[in-house]
Amino acid sequence: MKINLKVWRQKNSKTPGKLVPYTVDNISPDMSFLEMFDVLNGELSHKGEESIVFDHDCREGICGSCSMYINGRAHGPQTGATTCQLHMRSFADGDTIVVEPWRAKAFPVIKDLMVDRSAFDRVIQSGGYVSVNTGSAPDANEIPVPREISDEAMDAAQCIGCGACVAACKNASAMLFVSAKVSHLAVLPQGHAEHKMRAERMVAQMDLEGFGACSFTGACSVECPKSISLDHIARMNREYLGAKLTTENV
Amino acid sequence: MQLVSKTPEGPLAEKWSRHKFGLKLVNPANKRKYDIIVVGTGLAGASAAASLAELGYNVKVFTFHDSPRRAHSIAAQGGINAAKNYQNDGDSVFRLFYDTIKGGDYRSREANVHRLAEVSVSIIDQCVAQGVPFAREYGGLLANRSFGGAQVSRTFYARGQTGQQLLLGAYSALSRQVANGKVKLFTRSEMLDLVVEGGKTRGIVTRNLLTGKIESHSGHAVLLCTGGYGNVFYLSTNAMNSNVTAAWRAHKHGALFANPCYTQIHPTCIPVKGDYQSKLTLMSESLRNDGRVWVPKTQELAQKIRKGELKPTDLKEEERDYFLERRYPSFGNLVPRDVASRNAKYVCDEGRGVSKTGLAVYLDFADAIKRDGQKTIEAKYGNLFEMYEKIVDDNPYKTPMMIYPAVHYTMGGLWVDYNLMTTIPGLYALGEANFSDHGANRLGASALMQGLADGYFVIPYTVGDYLATIGQNDKLPVDAPAFKEAEQRVTDMTQKLLNIKGTKPVDEYHRALGLIIWDYCGMSRTAEGLTKAKKMVQELKADFWKNVRVLGDGDEVNQSLEMAGRVADFIELGELMIDDALNRDESCGGHFREEYQTEEGEAKRDDANFAYVAAWEYAGENQPEILNKEELVFENVKLTQRSYK
Repeated sequence: MKINLKVWRQKNSKTPGKLVPYTVDNISPDMSFLEMFDVLNGELSHKGEESIVFDHDCREGICGSCSMYINGRAHGPQTGATTCQLHMRSFADGDTIVVEPWRAKAFPVIKDLMVDRSAFDRVIQSGGYVSVNTGSAPDANEIPVPREISDEAMDAAQCIGCGACVAACKNASAMLFVSAKVSHLAVLPQGHAEHKMRAERMVAQMDLEGFGACSFTGACSVECPKSISLDHIARMNREYLGAKLTTENV
Repeated sequence: MQLVSKTPEGPLAEKWSRHKFGLKLVNPANKRKYDIIVVGTGLAGASAAASLAELGYNVKVFTFHDSPRRAHSIAAQGGINAAKNYQNDGDSVFRLFYDTIKGGDYRSREANVHRLAEVSVSIIDQCVAQGVPFAREYGGLLANRSFGGAQVSRTFYARGQTGQQLLLGAYSALSRQVANGKVKLFTRSEMLDLVVEGGKTRGIVTRNLLTGKIESHSGHAVLLCTGGYGNVFYLSTNAMNSNVTAAWRAHKHGALFANPCYTQIHPTCIPVKGDYQSKLTLMSESLRNDGRVWVPKTQELAQKIRKGELKPTDLKEEERDYFLERRYPSFGNLVPRDVASRNAKYVCDEGRGVSKTGLAVYLDFADAIKRDGQKTIEAKYGNLFEMYEKIVDDNPYKTPMMIYPAVHYTMGGLWVDYNLMTTIPGLYALGEANFSDHGANRLGASALMQGLADGYFVIPYTVGDYLATIGQNDKLPVDAPAFKEAEQRVTDMTQKLLNIKGTKPVDEYHRALGLIIWDYCGMSRTAEGLTKAKKMVQELKADFWKNVRVLGDGDEVNQSLEMAGRVADFIELGELMIDDALNRDESCGGHFREEYQTEEGEAKRDDANFAYVAAWEYAGENQPEILNKEELVFENVKLTQRSYK
């Protein structure tokens, strides 16, 4: 396959960036999208040009590092998949593919396709945990958890923190990411003790980071590589409202 | 060098309790006067950092990722072992200990392995309390599955994403301590040197991967939780950025590197497709619970399949060879990883492999689907089947999966004593970065167990003993000459790499190294091949330092510079792996020397001469490393030929 690319190149956060055209030849349909980038970077290096910077690591869809906005879609055309799980067979010979970084105020561009997603870490630090010190846990089977509750928690917990939800949202809202953690811990008995405080704090931090508001268009869930459901946003709204109405903090 | 393992005296089951009582304590008010550096945020690093911060120590945590949550532990699929015996099927701490020692082909330290089995039960309690959504039965209690090398069901799991859920649990505990101000987090920071002065560990030197700034960090103790070195093979199931650099640079300062030739080749990975391939994807071992491994009975049938004239589903039952079930009737498809991998290699070497390359065997779920229904199989392995379909473009519910062994884990690592301390006082190694618990072969679902055991339940006790001994004032400021010299070393290395201005990209060296190690120091090894490979690696090293091309500058994001440093270390490690494999004139676990096998083609150990840990000591640039031996003493298990028949 022969592929034409337009890739966002930006030296650093202070310099303006632009789309730069490239052509790569002899691409196998079985290659992953990132392997196609490896080939391109190898060619650039041979020509003495600096390679394109992008985040990537596990290349099996679980670490959440890769983050390319491909032809106007977070992680490209395939649903339920990350960029590293996208294969060239999803494209046709001679296609032109536009590749940009995540676009969001809360995710500033670092270089080329690499963005700063540390806002997500700070949101988790604000309350995305159960306060339990090592060694103080009761026996694991002491508290039975109904299977459907445990499954619901797992559905939310599988978020990989890639930021596709934010990138896909016209408001750059982080509601799907934040609600996945709030919901995961809210449905479990282990997370119940702190559920009010958690919802309040995490939402406050999310706002502080500059993420936009949610207008419930559902683009986040469609583009989410783990297909995390909008139900979790509904649950977070309920948690948040409940917390605000019955809060002990006045 | 005299290796002192500090293994406690007394009966096996009491060693850890007695040892804990004998360890010195740091009183709660004094803990805040100690700084501990943790490098890496995988299961071992995140759990250690969180637990130590909870105790009151000041912790500095470093990761080269943009977030601690992305460490490679996240990718572990299958599960975590624990001797809970919830299934009432005869499990116990001693049985988990025994299975692990036997699975490791009797090349690990008894006391360490028993401690691992002991604390395994607390790990599950801790993780559940954090909100890890393990699989449950309808009654609300925890579910288990079986894994290779065991005849009991003791593996806890969270769908096919157990590593992810455990890491997110540890990450949440770590995040809580960041919020409390007890942990200072440094992301996109790579450790490039260790600072040792006056015979003690003083801190580390890092490079900020965004700005290129070289920074010094001082601490009373340093914990390396930096994972394994599987990427020496280039193609492996490890994440692209996993590397040996932190451990290797510590090795050059005097930390002994133990058993580097013990590498694990995982039997169930998606086969290689082309030479552009950047990494291999694992299909969880749990699949072998329900999947049956087979190849066509004859070369002719295999050839027809390779050419596409026959489909696997066209083959009748009597035309298939379920080779694991045939050779190992009692363990069947659940034999340990090294055995399963080697057998897959044998049948492919016989010309009975499938897929276009001939380097693949089938993993077939047709019988399981017929027996339990597609729904049940979907619930157990749904995400794995999806992952397979995305990569291979084939539906595993309809045609059998194709799998082939791939490098997955490294049992070797920095030598540590019972306290997890390396041969440099104050420097510890946890998780996959150390060598201690898995011998020559790791059993499935034991890596997660070991990472969390070391971080949650071992290091919080043992590090205090060292800190109490040295005292809070025994710390070096970052403007001390030892730090400045280390910074200079790192800067010089960066400049040296940038100044070569050769013709070949870093990646090409890495691929070339990987091929050498895979061909000669992979699934099976010979003295002749290893000798040849040693020369090839030495030539590659010389060429690298003459011809490598690293573009860009040192003071900005520069991924090719990062890789260049890592590949330089991998090349040196590759040579040591070869030396170690050459020295070990026996076969054990993942180390299979063709010269040493039984008549049936199984690994043949030589306990009289090789029941020791080979711990290698760095002797200077281009000097042969010095072999130190720690004899392994077995008081509680009888060394036998492993049999899974």
